[in-house]
Amino acid sequence: MSILLSKETTFIVQGITGREAVNLTRECLDYGSKVVGGVTPGRKGREVHGVPVFDTVAQAVENYGGPIDGSVVTVPPAFTKDAVLEAIENGIKLIVIVTERIPRRDVAQMVELAEMRGARIIGPNCLGLIVPEVCKMGGIGGPAKDAAKAYAPGPVGVMSRSGGMTTEISSSLTQAGLGVSTAISIGGDAIIGSTYAELMPYFEADEQTQAIVIYTEPGGRMEAQLSEWVAENNSRLPIVAFMAGKFMDDEEMKGMSFGHAGTIVEGKEDTATEKIARLAEAGITVAEEIPQIPELIKEKIGARASV
Amino acid sequence: MRFYEYEARKIVELAGIPVTKYGFCTTAEEAHKAAEEIGGPTVIKSQVLSGGRMKAGGVKFADTPEEAAEHAEAILRLEINGHMPRGVLVDPKAEVKQEYYASVVWDGTAKRPLMLFSDMGGIDIEEVAETHPDHVGRGHLSNLFPISDFEAKQTIAATGVTGSPLNRATPILAKLARLFRDYDMTLAEINPLAELTDGSFVALDAHMEMENEAVGRQKALLRKHLEIAEDDTRETYEPSDFERNVAAIDAADHRGVIQGKDHGFEGNLGLVIGAGGGSLTLTDAVRSQGGKPANYSEIGGNPSVAKACGLAKEVLEKDGVEKIAVMMSIVSNTRVDIVARGVIKACLELGKDPGETIAIFRIPGAWEDEGFKILNRYGVEYCDRSVSMWEAAGRAVAKIQGTPA
Repeated sequence: MSILLSKETTFIVQGITGREAVNLTRECLDYGSKVVGGVTPGRKGREVHGVPVFDTVAQAVENYGGPIDGSVVTVPPAFTKDAVLEAIENGIKLIVIVTERIPRRDVAQMVELAEMRGARIIGPNCLGLIVPEVCKMGGIGGPAKDAAKAYAPGPVGVMSRSGGMTTEISSSLTQAGLGVSTAISIGGDAIIGSTYAELMPYFEADEQTQAIVIYTEPGGRMEAQLSEWVAENNSRLPIVAFMAGKFMDDEEMKGMSFGHAGTIVEGKEDTATEKIARLAEAGITVAEEIPQIPELIKEKIGARASV
Repeated sequence: MRFYEYEARKIVELAGIPVTKYGFCTTAEEAHKAAEEIGGPTVIKSQVLSGGRMKAGGVKFADTPEEAAEHAEAILRLEINGHMPRGVLVDPKAEVKQEYYASVVWDGTAKRPLMLFSDMGGIDIEEVAETHPDHVGRGHLSNLFPISDFEAKQTIAATGVTGSPLNRATPILAKLARLFRDYDMTLAEINPLAELTDGSFVALDAHMEMENEAVGRQKALLRKHLEIAEDDTRETYEPSDFERNVAAIDAADHRGVIQGKDHGFEGNLGLVIGAGGGSLTLTDAVRSQGGKPANYSEIGGNPSVAKACGLAKEVLEKDGVEKIAVMMSIVSNTRVDIVARGVIKACLELGKDPGETIAIFRIPGAWEDEGFKILNRYGVEYCDRSVSMWEAAGRAVAKIQGTPA
């Protein structure tokens, strides 16, 4: 089992003829994902690694001959909103937005329409998601052989505000013999389609998942929201968190953004120290360093099993 | 992007919200003239991108144009929290009956704009929310549908405001909400929103911030209406030479991205690190193990050899830097061999021994075997993914402190 993706998941790539998108398409195909079409306006009739390119999402759906599950959107920021609305209005239910530097208003509009149509957005400013040995949707983990090295199937769900750190943490779990159920790069922006708390119910319902690891940063209320969710839902899943950017608590760093657009300390609640305290209050273990994570997870899974 | 008060005032005015007849002045003579035109008592306010103006003596009251000119003269020369004012705002001293608070901000959890209104204006809204929660009205807005006046009315009525003030304040809050959305603001605040003795409402002070990502599509407002120059970026501090040089190297080549910051850093260990989350993790890892980073940096998106070399050189040339640590989280897009070539080239061009200068090289991932071969040749200590970022940072710290790892 896994969340959001399966062996049968079909998806398209919007902006497929761009340099990064061509690589990403290759990687996904090599991993065994079903990339059934691509869209770049004005490029209909071309092929990218054997994937047919269309002018519109509607053409891609028509060519496939049935509903398409997902789309990876990798178009410039000024065109992203239009591309995502096009995907949603053509029945696509899972949208991964790779693009960064999209103004919040556009993100909020896409998310609001997605809610109305029952679609889910992952990102923006993310690398997508992966179910080891099943499906890779987006650039997460890189080329298929590299992704295979970092991601083995296992009991741990991973959610991360950093794309690179999704792989770093998953690799540490894989090396420790644990492995990953589903890993999701949720995106580094202030407003994203799916937060930790919004994805928790999927992991909760997934039999394979026995524990969760989150990677988090200063800025925003996403961790507080997760803490609230955990307190309210009596989750069966132990959570281990890793918080990066503690140096940003220094007075000189106030108002500065590091790493991702969403990582900026504006209010008191945004600091690493404050977030760690909140997570701990909710019973979430905060690891000091990444090498501790696999050990903490093993302890937690062991403790649950012996109850 | 932050705005000066006089610009925020202009934005509010453009949205059709009433303001007092004010003047923005850069000399004492202009202030004299503005006060004369206003007629009667005035307030002279420093135009500076910093809070605490009142406390610092940046706001003064004047009864005559002569007094206004005198105050302007002094305020124009007054530095506030390290910032010199861009000018002064000369405002009529308003006859205020009641002060209100109106703002719109993003609610990241709801993913919608949030209107805030209070009948206890003029003071810090967070304080009001804590001590008098029933005096703060809140209302979320859709991002897709037009904003209707009734939404503002509901938010205001929730604080118990009724009668003429409710009807006067409603269109103001609705207009503020529309301007927040239309102009991609992250904060649009009027505090105080004043009810004058004649019953009319005016925005006495306004605070606006625009999302940096949207600056490119708001040129009509920024250039035409506010006449803000393209290079006027309103950073929270002046960029250093290091920051400027790294930005120039990045801009010169479209392949990959490098970033460098050294504001608030003054250590001896130069960091050539990446990517976004990796850099945050590694900077913490160095500091937590007693190391003193000389800078913060980010490498991502597969930069060219020249770019990686440029960043490493800038870091190495910073005062006090003895060694550099080259580290990233596992890379899938950036090529290990290219970064390795870049940092070795930087050492050689500066006449330094790469094996001595590079304390550690920890970048596992794409093209790592090719990269490790090159590093081997120059005697640089490197490690693969079996060595954690934490451990790699620790080794670099140990090396620079002269203690065996």
